[in-house]
Amino acid sequence: MTEPHRYISNSNPQLVESMLHEIGLTSIDELFSDIPKEIQTTATMNIPSQSSEADVRRKVEAVLAKNLSTKEVISFLGGGVWPHHVPAAVDAILSRGEFLTSYTPYQPEISQGMLQALFEYQSLVCELTAMEYANSSLYDWSTALGEAARMTSRVSGRQEFIVPHYGHPERIGTLNAFAESAGIKIVKTLQSEKTGALNLSDLRNRISSRTAGVYLEYPSFLGFVEEEVQEIARITHQAGSLLVVGVEPISLGILRPPGDFDADIVIGEGQPLGNHMNFGGPLLGIFACKGEHLLRQMPGRIIGKTSTQDGTQDAYCMALQTREQHIRRAKATSNICTNEALMAIAACVYLSILGPRGLTDLCNVISERTHYAQRKLSELPGVKAPYFDSFHFMEFAVNFDKTGKKVSEINETLLNAGIQGGLDLSAMFPDLGQTALYCFSEVHSHVDIDMLVDKLQQVLRGN
Amino acid sequence: MGFVQARWDEPLIIQLSHTNQIPDQLANATNPPQKIRRHTPPTLPDLAEIDVIRHYTRLSQENYGVDLGIYPLGSCTMKYNPKLCDQIASSHKIQEMHPYQNPKMAQGILQVMYETSNLLAEIVGVDKFTLQPAAGAHGEYTGVLLMQAYHADRNEATRDEIIIPDSAHGTNPASAAMAGYKVLEIPSLNGCVDKEALKSSVGPRTAGLMITNPNTLGIFEREILEIADIVHDAGGLLYYDGANLNAILGKAKPGSMGFDIVHLNLHKTFGTPHGGGGPGAGPVGVTKSLVDYLPVPTVEYNGREYFLNYNLPKSIGKVRAYYGSVAVVLRAYVYILLHGNDGLQTISEIAVLNSNYLAAKLSKIRGFELPYGNRIPGKHEFVLSSSKLLKETGVSAIQVGKRLLDMAIHPPTIYFPTIVEEAMLIEPTETVSKRELDAVVAAFQKISDECYAKSETLLTSPHSTTVSRIDEAKASRPKTMQLTWRKTNGELS
Repeated sequence: MTEPHRYISNSNPQLVESMLHEIGLTSIDELFSDIPKEIQTTATMNIPSQSSEADVRRKVEAVLAKNLSTKEVISFLGGGVWPHHVPAAVDAILSRGEFLTSYTPYQPEISQGMLQALFEYQSLVCELTAMEYANSSLYDWSTALGEAARMTSRVSGRQEFIVPHYGHPERIGTLNAFAESAGIKIVKTLQSEKTGALNLSDLRNRISSRTAGVYLEYPSFLGFVEEEVQEIARITHQAGSLLVVGVEPISLGILRPPGDFDADIVIGEGQPLGNHMNFGGPLLGIFACKGEHLLRQMPGRIIGKTSTQDGTQDAYCMALQTREQHIRRAKATSNICTNEALMAIAACVYLSILGPRGLTDLCNVISERTHYAQRKLSELPGVKAPYFDSFHFMEFAVNFDKTGKKVSEINETLLNAGIQGGLDLSAMFPDLGQTALYCFSEVHSHVDIDMLVDKLQQVLRGN
Repeated sequence: MGFVQARWDEPLIIQLSHTNQIPDQLANATNPPQKIRRHTPPTLPDLAEIDVIRHYTRLSQENYGVDLGIYPLGSCTMKYNPKLCDQIASSHKIQEMHPYQNPKMAQGILQVMYETSNLLAEIVGVDKFTLQPAAGAHGEYTGVLLMQAYHADRNEATRDEIIIPDSAHGTNPASAAMAGYKVLEIPSLNGCVDKEALKSSVGPRTAGLMITNPNTLGIFEREILEIADIVHDAGGLLYYDGANLNAILGKAKPGSMGFDIVHLNLHKTFGTPHGGGGPGAGPVGVTKSLVDYLPVPTVEYNGREYFLNYNLPKSIGKVRAYYGSVAVVLRAYVYILLHGNDGLQTISEIAVLNSNYLAAKLSKIRGFELPYGNRIPGKHEFVLSSSKLLKETGVSAIQVGKRLLDMAIHPPTIYFPTIVEEAMLIEPTETVSKRELDAVVAAFQKISDECYAKSETLLTSPHSTTVSRIDEAKASRPKTMQLTWRKTNGELS
């Protein structure tokens, strides 16, 4: 025991002494007398002593100052975490201590605010995706994919899961970690090198009575949007398998919602809905499904509407908890406990501020920027933009093979001009050659895009 | 006039919407092709920003958090976290960082990640951490996969059993089962691991033992070194669930207790508020023999710069996209620097003092008792049983909890651990004052008096919360279940 500590109540030595005295003890050490001596003697921590708030702030800000954020360089990175404007009102609501410092709402009578907000989140996800049920969040898209694959296997009793060739490598990697231990085999299906469209005859060849589920990214990792979604759903269902569709949710302002083309499970990344990028985490895993049969196998917390026992007031509480680990233990649908509730609140505030008009407008602005960038980039000699001949949303692959330059060289030079170029895909997908994934959202003005094109022109000319 | 929670009768946000008019989709040259075009825009609320702010501010007032009062929810470590952690994490130098930025532009945040890993490794006495898991349960799953990779690498993939005490958190058996393990649950003896039961359970099929120490009853497992020997001698590994680390900072390192794999809940012990259920972070630390299997990428430093290392041939691969809950890791970094070596120890000292103080006082109140005798000193949390109260007055632990709500005290964790009847797991944490602890004692005394006086007020509680006692079963019954704002016929409710 040392001096009283600002963040620790009761750390005043006199108070400590009187509290110890009241319970018949004389020293703090007695409180730890149950820990064997040989364990206690090795417990010394070699870490710095405490610092003042002012000093810590100065130190940490100095470390963070070494970062160049996307406010300081113009970045064209997407690939699963996307740059968007976060309305100030979102952060204002998230800073409310009543939300921020609460726990999972185990005591519903005193937690109606969080419960109602999460119920609204579930409803909003269902409106966007045209699905029947949504949970109140998983960690992120990648782990949601792992959970979805396991869920299709539990429901169907089958052990294969089909994924697209151009699926996001980090998501497919995560899927492996979730699928392998459940004995699920991952099968890749081909996509056209020209359009990115799923090769339907290849899908028909690979799908069988062993297939638990078929996974589609919509829009895809590489920005193109699959058109034959209804046919893919038909093929999937004909084989008795379930269709899992992964979404970037803003695109659903203009894209046909997966529920509309008979998806069974919809997953996705909710970060674009009012959450900051935070170097890739925390994120917000979207998970929705259709039909009561699937609902009973859904992972994660679900909030339901009910009433008070006297029937006089509407009220909300956690529902279907018998699926969960704290009740079902080893037989639970998932081990998830802590989720991303606060990010789900951000999504509520974000979508409510946007409204139906705002979302459509945002989609149109993004589409306009994407197409403007496509047009400008494709005018550069040797540059193929977009690489895939297809409809794209927000992102597209740009191929530099005919320029004779590597993406890594190009990006290095761009960086010196304060521009972070697109994500280098050459190691992830060697079959695409020297290709980069570029993202254009509402945060990129025509001036930003023109500057990118100008710099690229200089880089490619070699000056 | 005591505590009264806000009661706004706030409608669903969709019901506040002044118009359900759906805007016509503008004819636009960049529209998606017909087959994938959305024809009816999603039904979203159509409101001015102030209406949205009022709605969610009102909802926040209908919610209880640590910033409002004591929240002694056992096992959850609902403590106050310095606001500086949140403030620093709101800088664009973290919020507006993209995970695929050239590492040259991310040296600051990579340094934070690298140093935090090292600090955590020093605090728990292991060799190396991965920061990737998003939460405790995700950390458990990652840890169990590491165990699997370790045994497989030694051609011992036949080890297919994980042993877990019956007092464990539900996530432990769930995580082990998710990884394909058979879960062997062993009974406790006087609230601790039964060594004999453990001895008869270990064998050539044992992959490992998952426990927390102090355990879920807040009791330090004194025989932990012998327990470790039993598991190690059988060829198994020891897994530490870090949910209860708040009790032993600077007092006992899991690494020196014999643990091989450790997960931490940064949102419990290290500076991130719980956010109504998340986000959190569940970093996993391991001893030397398991370092090779950590997920990719790890954060490394070569003396000049920090970098992400994907070149780990024996790695279990990816457990999530990108690198973890980085904004939560940053808060932990700030938290550890603020408290320092002495402060971290003081955290555990006061957390344990507060817990023992409260245990001593509450166990003297009629109807309540500490199971397994008055085990003082316990650690940072304790189980109070109200089974006597139930027998003598018919009032259940749940009802006691509901009455606590009226006194602005968040109830303890009720009915966990399941091995104690009418269990209330109470964890005051180090950030409650003696005044608040005494208020909890007074509240329990009042409730006890009410129980024995057969008070109607008690039986119909809570009265001061936004809503009165909720019909929870109705929310899960197929006929009455409603999980979104649309009714079964598709109409908005």
